[in-house]
Amino acid sequence: MKYLAEIDIMPHKELLDPQGKTVSNNMKNLNLSGVTDVRIGKHIKMEMEAENEAAAREKVEIACKKLLANLIMETYSYKLQERTD
Amino acid sequence: MKFGVVVFPGSNCDDDMLHVLGKVMQAEVVELWHKDTDLKGLGKGDCIVLPGGFSYGDYLRAGAIARFSPIMKSIEAFANSGGYLLGICNGFQILCEAGLLPGVLMRNDKQRFICKNVYLKTATTNSALTRSLDPKQALKIPIAHAEGRYFTDAEGLAELKANDQILFYYSTENGDIVPEANPNGSLENIAGICNKTRNVFGMMPHPERAAESILGNQDGFGLFASLLGQKLAKNAV
Repeated sequence: MKYLAEIDIMPHKELLDPQGKTVSNNMKNLNLSGVTDVRIGKHIKMEMEAENEAAAREKVEIACKKLLANLIMETYSYKLQERTD
Repeated sequence: MKFGVVVFPGSNCDDDMLHVLGKVMQAEVVELWHKDTDLKGLGKGDCIVLPGGFSYGDYLRAGAIARFSPIMKSIEAFANSGGYLLGICNGFQILCEAGLLPGVLMRNDKQRFICKNVYLKTATTNSALTRSLDPKQALKIPIAHAEGRYFTDAEGLAELKANDQILFYYSTENGDIVPEANPNGSLENIAGICNKTRNVFGMMPHPERAAESILGNQDGFGLFASLLGQKLAKNAV
């Protein structure tokens, strides 16, 4: 079976995110008011072959924990869907 | 003590390190390719250096992909059997990603690549890398990085302190550890650390860029002399 994982990696809430802060501070240059915070992370699409959903989930967990996210400074979340195409 | 310098795709301080170790320090040094698993005879009492650069283009996170290079398994076994490991800049990032040193190097707080001389206060002489240094004398050593903001959680920081694992702090020329002397937002001005067993060292500044008089700065010489067990003459650096 083919699966697609859409993974979001975000900096921990309590840690300074300089990219997000810089972008947030410059929203006024767009004449946008009311923007109170911007946090910047990564969106990763990972396609894979797996026996079933549980096996696919396990692959995503290993990839996130070992490589895609550094859990000291980041969190990850993902959506998994079966691909029929 | 023999040395090995690992070359990853994107390493760019490997030649400087080979030059300083081989030519300046007159030590025996070999180059190690990241795809190899053989450490060319290096063993206990020897030192493997992970040099600075941009391994794998800093893709994903600095050091995140290099830590899975084939040679890293051999290097981990080498460290676990008592061999010395020194990671400079990207090498420090790789050692943290590999879990051989605690914590992580995050994007600089000012969101910029910083390349300049900074001053370092030696926090402890209880390590092979710092044993010959004078803690009263701040060292002028260059930094060149975008991801150098050291971070570990409160528990990790307490552990570093309890085990005397902090090697260097960013300081003023007079050795004062103040926020103004912190170039990148590192936790408590931390610039370099070691592991609990004191054989794995990581630091963001580049001593290999400041180890000979022709470059106008020899403050980094003392770290290599220290590793080699050489005493420094007073005011030598």
